[in-house]
Amino acid sequence: MSSVAQKKGFGAWLWDWMTTVDHKKIGILYFLGGAFFFVLGGIEAMMIRIQLLNPESTLISAGLFNQLITMHGTTMIFLAAMPILFGFMNAIMPLQIGARDVAFPFINSLGFWMFMFGGIFLNISWLAGGAPDAGWTSYTSLAITSPGHGVDFYSIGLQLAGAGTLMSGINFLVTIINMRAPGMTYMRMPLFTWTTFIASAMILFAFPPLTVGLFFLTFDRLFGANFFDHTMGGNTIIWEHIFWIFGHPEVYILILPAFGIFSEIFPTFAKKRLFGYTSMVFATVLIGFLGFMVWAHHMFTVGLGSTANAIFAVATMAIAVPTGVKIFNWLLTIWGGSIKVTTPMLYAIAFIPSFVMGGVTGVMQGAAPLDYQLHDSYFIVAHFHYVIVGGVVLGILAATHYWWPKMFGTMLNEKLGKVTFWFFFIGFHMTFLIQHWLGFWGMPRRVFTYMDGQGWNLANYISTVGAFLMAIGVIVLVINAIMTTVKNEPVANDPWGDGRTLEWATQSPPLYYNFPQTPLVRGLDTVWIEKQEGNKSGFTPAVPLQDIHMPHGSIIPFLMSFGLFIAGFGAMYRLETAWGLPLLIFGLLWTFVAMSVRSVKDDLGYYVPKEEILEDMKREGGQK
Amino acid sequence: MAEFEIYEKTQSELEIGRLRAKRGMRAQVIMFSMMIFLTMLSFSIVLAYNADIIGFSKFFVIPVILLFAAVQVGLQLYYFMHMNEEGHGIPEMFMFTGALIAFLIVLTFVTIVWWN
Repeated sequence: MSSVAQKKGFGAWLWDWMTTVDHKKIGILYFLGGAFFFVLGGIEAMMIRIQLLNPESTLISAGLFNQLITMHGTTMIFLAAMPILFGFMNAIMPLQIGARDVAFPFINSLGFWMFMFGGIFLNISWLAGGAPDAGWTSYTSLAITSPGHGVDFYSIGLQLAGAGTLMSGINFLVTIINMRAPGMTYMRMPLFTWTTFIASAMILFAFPPLTVGLFFLTFDRLFGANFFDHTMGGNTIIWEHIFWIFGHPEVYILILPAFGIFSEIFPTFAKKRLFGYTSMVFATVLIGFLGFMVWAHHMFTVGLGSTANAIFAVATMAIAVPTGVKIFNWLLTIWGGSIKVTTPMLYAIAFIPSFVMGGVTGVMQGAAPLDYQLHDSYFIVAHFHYVIVGGVVLGILAATHYWWPKMFGTMLNEKLGKVTFWFFFIGFHMTFLIQHWLGFWGMPRRVFTYMDGQGWNLANYISTVGAFLMAIGVIVLVINAIMTTVKNEPVANDPWGDGRTLEWATQSPPLYYNFPQTPLVRGLDTVWIEKQEGNKSGFTPAVPLQDIHMPHGSIIPFLMSFGLFIAGFGAMYRLETAWGLPLLIFGLLWTFVAMSVRSVKDDLGYYVPKEEILEDMKREGGQK
Repeated sequence: MAEFEIYEKTQSELEIGRLRAKRGMRAQVIMFSMMIFLTMLSFSIVLAYNADIIGFSKFFVIPVILLFAAVQVGLQLYYFMHMNEEGHGIPEMFMFTGALIAFLIVLTFVTIVWWN
């Protein structure tokens, strides 16, 4: 997007966004797509809490309640948290390492459209006879006998979205390995880039098991296979193993980027470099590795035996060590700093106690004997909401405020930001703290109602009120975003004033080629170093001004994903309709044709001429 | 368009390039014959086992074939897929990490999950 105002029709504007391969625009698409599903998942959560407001409530039927909890979990993990984090990774990570774009812009776009079509596919289930209802873990003893097409929507929709995630993960890995600016060694990478790197590596190893598991489930339900049917020689426990070999790394894929976001915010607003950078990197790598070694702690009560339970319990508790290292490093980063309590900093400070509480209950469940007591109770619900909301969602909200100026070129209103924070923060603790006790008092999770007179009424009431406070917080944030966009007051390169990493040396939002010249990196917090030495622009170019090679946009990723999307419907309705099989074949052919077009057509990109870059630089100079 | 730089190689650069190509070719041929040799060995010990020749029990044959297979995977990766050349450190690290994780998971299943 050029900074010169151009008049464009709606069609041209839409076409531009559908064909874009620019990492900043794809970042925005991921962010907005994720935000849409976040609101959807939030509405599902509100319906769950309203149903549980009073005992023996008949507002929502048991079947619908199962669909709501399944879709709430699935949507929040796969369609909200991950895409929003991917949005930040896309928009910010290439800027932080001084790159012009990700390594494979085309695949980046393909990854986004696969996610979007997967998400839409999953949610069409609401209109097509019922959503999946076997829980977000979709244990197959339930899932293969679930009537209707709900679980098929789950398996095929997640297959599409998961493929997109895998592509994006590999893309980020290649970008970070190959496209760092001169001087940006691994140990000078900002922590958000590091956590993106480790999370992407975890995606690389964790998503193939999910793909395999989902294929097994699809084939069991639609093509007559018997992987999980014990009456036919299958084994339903296998699904649990496959799911958690993916599922446990998945929760670290979510939390590590959030750790990275906070590791950017603390140094910026404490005006100090990150305490213990090396140990932060080491802890991130260690968490990433250990994340693959603990999956069976989700299955303590399956009956693996005391040896397996003991070993997995110890491995689980080991993860508290690198996480503790991180917590203390953050505390020591703020210690003695010149602290500015902006909205992102408020989230970051609130994150530490909230996440530690979730972590401590995690270690409690890691003790296998205690887990037998806590299993499938509301204590578990409280725990994972404390780590995911108290960790990931606070991270996402912090990053939304922190990087909004870099992504959209305007500042979110700080006052409204703080209103959002207090509503959300108080609401969050009100909703979930009491649920620990609900667990102790014996309330099982995933029940659509409960009897009167068990002492659960007041706690559930408090919990629901808290959920409403969170909803108010999110609504204020949406209003804030709309108001800011309508006002449209552009901001300077570094609107927070104390930016330390390379993204703050670009314009807000950056020009489509990011940096006029590739920057030279002379240390950790490179913009901070340059500014300390009196270089106001925040970066030193590493190369003379030259033409810039850029990729062309393409509609093919959209078409490819669309082909798989309709093939999914074909596969699902193959048995009961005449058009199912032809549609499946047609969809796959469509995708193959799109792929062939991509392979055959030579697209060598284009060059941005030196003169245009010079003009942009002059205009920027004129504004100062 | 950006200008393309045309870089002329010096005589000694050409020579060292040729020398390396020659050595590379030699290594490829040696490794190729070695792989054929290992494959023939595997086949022949299975034939020996089928012919009930003394000393070729299945407790000898199966581990040896697996060992040969492992060696062949290594040769394939390092010679034919050029992982022995410079600049392959990162793919090497990722492959070994993946192999380690997969190995540990399988090890967990066969030691403490399925037969404890």
